[in-house]
Amino acid sequence: MSIVCGYVPTEVGQRALEQAIVETRFRGGPLLVINSTRADRTVDVNYAHEPALATLEATLEESGVRYEVRSFTSQNLASDDIVLAAEELEAELIVIGMRKRTPMGKALMGSDTQRILLQSPCPVLAVRA
Amino acid sequence: MDNLMLLLEGFATAAQPIYLLYALFGVFIGTAVGVLPGIGPAMTVALLMPITYTLEPTAAMIVFAGIYYGGMYGGSTTSILLNTPGESASIVTALEGNKMAKAGRGAAALATAAIGSFIAGTVATVLLSFLAPIIVDFAISLGPVDYVALMVLAFLTIGALLGGSPLRGMASLLLGLVIAFIGVDDTSAAQRYTFGLPWLADGIDVVLVAVGLFALGEALHVAARLRRGPIQVMGMGRSRGQRWMSRSDWKRSWKPWLRGTFIGFPIGTIPAGGADVSTFLSYAAEKKLAKGENKKEFGHGAIEGVAGPESANNAAAAGVLVPLLTLGIPTTATAAMMLTAFQRYQIQPGPLLMETNATLVWALIASLYIGNVMLLVLNLPLVGLWVKILQIPRHYLYAGILVFGVMGAYSLNFNIMDVVILLIIGLLGFFMRQYGYPVAPLVVAMILGPMFEVQLRRSLQISQNELSTLFSTPFTWVVYGAIIVLFALSFVIKKAQKKMEEVPV
Repeated sequence: MSIVCGYVPTEVGQRALEQAIVETRFRGGPLLVINSTRADRTVDVNYAHEPALATLEATLEESGVRYEVRSFTSQNLASDDIVLAAEELEAELIVIGMRKRTPMGKALMGSDTQRILLQSPCPVLAVRA
Repeated sequence: MDNLMLLLEGFATAAQPIYLLYALFGVFIGTAVGVLPGIGPAMTVALLMPITYTLEPTAAMIVFAGIYYGGMYGGSTTSILLNTPGESASIVTALEGNKMAKAGRGAAALATAAIGSFIAGTVATVLLSFLAPIIVDFAISLGPVDYVALMVLAFLTIGALLGGSPLRGMASLLLGLVIAFIGVDDTSAAQRYTFGLPWLADGIDVVLVAVGLFALGEALHVAARLRRGPIQVMGMGRSRGQRWMSRSDWKRSWKPWLRGTFIGFPIGTIPAGGADVSTFLSYAAEKKLAKGENKKEFGHGAIEGVAGPESANNAAAAGVLVPLLTLGIPTTATAAMMLTAFQRYQIQPGPLLMETNATLVWALIASLYIGNVMLLVLNLPLVGLWVKILQIPRHYLYAGILVFGVMGAYSLNFNIMDVVILLIIGLLGFFMRQYGYPVAPLVVAMILGPMFEVQLRRSLQISQNELSTLFSTPFTWVVYGAIIVLFALSFVIKKAQKKMEEVPV
């Protein structure tokens, strides 16, 4: 059974990735790492460009787990992309990172973490950075 | 010494706390819009025109001048860190600046751009303060025929020399002239192009056209292609407390700064294509003059290639104010908007402006000095903030601009017809943008058109419809000669520019 990891090229994403690798070793399934952007802003710090992707691949290669990386531009929110992938693969577990949010920030921009927790077809492991 | 006294008085006005705040507001907004690709100073001035109408003229002009200068600074930041020029005068900066950022020298590139802009802006403002009164003395002796020649020069350079396609530029220019003639003719009171519609009798407000083209057209254009992949931001390559520029950076920068200034200012002054041309010329000059190791660095992040063009575009920005304040002739879209602002306050720019509104003009010039200092102080420490602005989702930004633009249009006369006209012009702007027609010539033609008509008719009335009067003074010969020289030169420059752009980056 596969494991889905939502990745962003920041500390949050790094923590999620590390935890996802631990879980994959423990549970055995292949690991799917997802990074997507809606491309609706000029600069998106959560989108992994070439150098970040290369580091990601290197980390995964080194860990020795079976993995796949999906990096793409999407019409959906990042949370929807992760939930859709989990449904498609009938995943066993979703691993995501989360960070401290202010109530105001959540009210304005929404929270991907919250959406994943509420919509996921499988258990979710959320790691705090 | 008279002028020095007037300048000092200008400082006394501009240094009042409330005006300092207006200047700060202007440079802040200006830098922000300079950073954002697709939003320029011209659009911002157009959008702010309706709300600044309640301000007194001095305050409004200080805000606009701040926006104008700030836009030039802000453009360099995105050019260097993102390889996405925020406005056309920063395209050349991206050539070397982004390479420097990729090589981990982003901080030096940003610093040389900011300091170069400051030096060029200040030197050019000094030149402006001393040159403007001299030109005014000369301009008072100009007759209608001479003005016709000057405006022909402005029309042709803006229409045909700027931008890639002379034909498209001229088409846009002529369209602007036609829109300018809508309404009641001042001399004969005949209705022109009104189709008997009462709401066209007053003509179409320039602000509607400017907001429609710059704001609505641009917003629709961006909306039509909203989803491009995000762009990677380069780090500045500088840790806390480290120096922005090394000793050798300074040594390599100061000459290009000065050269850029003296290339940029004259090009801004003569109506010959504004800031973009000067940046290209400065880049070409620096590349030619570089020696040995430094020359090899061109194309891989040479600091001279950032220092020169960035100074040139700021010097040109100050140069543009010379014909604007002395002759009342705008040569860029932003200058055209500032001229419109003057007209809204019933102030007629021209040779008499410095006499009749001396306080305003000198306060404006003084505020340019102050704005430059503010920009230098604001810019480098706030780079992080400017990059954050780019993370605003584009749909929020452009939806905001649309709402703001429509509200502004309605507030002009509280007439719903204005909003309808605005939307029609916005659609026109969208299609012009989509098919590569520049919008700046249209706006400039709309503003200069009526003045051109008045002067032309006056000349012909004096000469009793004898056309040869248009070439009757030595000044006109100089101007028409200059047009021919400029066109020949631009042909050569365009060719060189194309060659430069073909070099794989």
